[in-house]
Amino acid sequence: MKSGSNLETVLNSGEFAVTAELGPPKSANKEFVIKRAQILKSYVDAANLTDNQTAIVRMSSTAAARIILDEGVEPVIQITCRDRNRIAIQSDVLGAAALGVKNILCITGDHQCFGNHPDSKNVFDIDSIQLVSLLKMMRDEQKVLGGDTIKTPPKIFIGAAANPFADPLEFRVIRLEKKINAGADFIQTQCIFDLNRFSKWMNMVEDKGLDKKTHILAGVTPIKSYNMAKHMAENVSGVSVPQEILKRMESAKDPKEEGVNICIETIEKLKKIKGIHGIHIMAVQWEDIIPEIVKRIGLYPRPQI
Amino acid sequence: MIVADRKPLQEILDMVEDCEKLLIVGCNACVAICMAGGEKEVSELASLVKIAKKKQGKNIEITERVTERQCEEEFVKEIEKEIKGHDIILSMACGVGVQLIAKMYEDRLVYPALNTKFMGLPEEQGQWAETCAGCGDCRLADFGGVCPVARCSKNLLNGPCGGSVDGKCEVDPDNIECAWQLIFDKMKLLGQVDKLLKIEPAKSWKTSRDGGPRKVIKEDVRL
Repeated sequence: MKSGSNLETVLNSGEFAVTAELGPPKSANKEFVIKRAQILKSYVDAANLTDNQTAIVRMSSTAAARIILDEGVEPVIQITCRDRNRIAIQSDVLGAAALGVKNILCITGDHQCFGNHPDSKNVFDIDSIQLVSLLKMMRDEQKVLGGDTIKTPPKIFIGAAANPFADPLEFRVIRLEKKINAGADFIQTQCIFDLNRFSKWMNMVEDKGLDKKTHILAGVTPIKSYNMAKHMAENVSGVSVPQEILKRMESAKDPKEEGVNICIETIEKLKKIKGIHGIHIMAVQWEDIIPEIVKRIGLYPRPQI
Repeated sequence: MIVADRKPLQEILDMVEDCEKLLIVGCNACVAICMAGGEKEVSELASLVKIAKKKQGKNIEITERVTERQCEEEFVKEIEKEIKGHDIILSMACGVGVQLIAKMYEDRLVYPALNTKFMGLPEEQGQWAETCAGCGDCRLADFGGVCPVARCSKNLLNGPCGGSVDGKCEVDPDNIECAWQLIFDKMKLLGQVDKLLKIEPAKSWKTSRDGGPRKVIKEDVRL
């Protein structure tokens, strides 16, 4: 075991894993985090705490991780390369590990022009692939990037993201391969609505045998309304929402119910793909729907390993 | 070349609010080519300032000059008499030129009329694009001649982020091309896509601005 995390244990046992996203609040409200941890508890193997998602200032993912650990939920902290240089990132990794964090997802980070501080200076000292390499170096070689030895290294299950919907499609597979070569133990994908495009990407991934070298968790998002679907289709780069889904959401009598139905149908199709080892549910500001989704797809109760 | 753009007129007018004797100094190098601070732009700005002052009922005497290159002392010295004879010197050079005049004539008020933007290329009539970040460690040989440090919004070295769609960067799809799409297309053309599979290690930024303000010293030509 690389980290001894619950997520690592579940994936290694061959069980179909379930993770979900928990967005920390735009405040110091601890109760907000506790409430969501209680909703997710026993329905997920681990919960991702986003790192100032879409460049909007939120509670630190590491602080929120400690709060959910106290509630009995295993955290995956997300670390972006946007706000911190290699010194700050390594410091945070050591601190997070000391607080009990065992899973880290390495991501580039949304550009600050999309957030609430468009005048800020971005960092991008290292990129997400270099961050994966760095975590592996800290864990396995017990060294910081500058070369100094770490006496008590962070035991981390290393994650990375994959976006099959951005361009160029062929490079999306190269990116995945680089992340795996850098040391990504698991992958969480961008939310999947367009199963055709996802299958194309997945075929290329399987042709290269990459699905056997890491654990790929397929990302899904339940849509709440037609407007949300339209917004994602038109304004969120790297997210593809097919016309059929837009039509279904537009004509639905109960859009929330329809959104959940679409999400469940998607998961059922994803579960049949051999190279997919789990799902990652990103229910944006709708965490209370997650237990229903997990139950309806027959992934409840979660394995107790 | 260094690409610059004139400041909004009001900002310039605020700088010269109480000035009665103004010298506007253009530069015949980069900023003339990018139509920001050459002879034509100096004369245009002089006219705009005169009109604005007239509307305010104020008088201003404006002298117009253009140096061959405002980043070299010998060319600045050619207009020393004019510099010494004016209250305010409004430089229409890049930030380098402004600083040189300020350094050479310590008791003069030297103000910038331009915002210096970047090192770049003209793309089409009236449009220039940032092309080089001057990072001090050129790696263009590895990226098909397209610089990811200067031209990717996140200066990523290992491929495009999730914001690359139809060859455009999500930061401004109308104006920014995804540098990684350009790199990928070029490497494909060159039959070198395999090279992009190599994991680029963390870059050393110490050759860049992060090592502090830089100097180039060539011992063999020093006196």
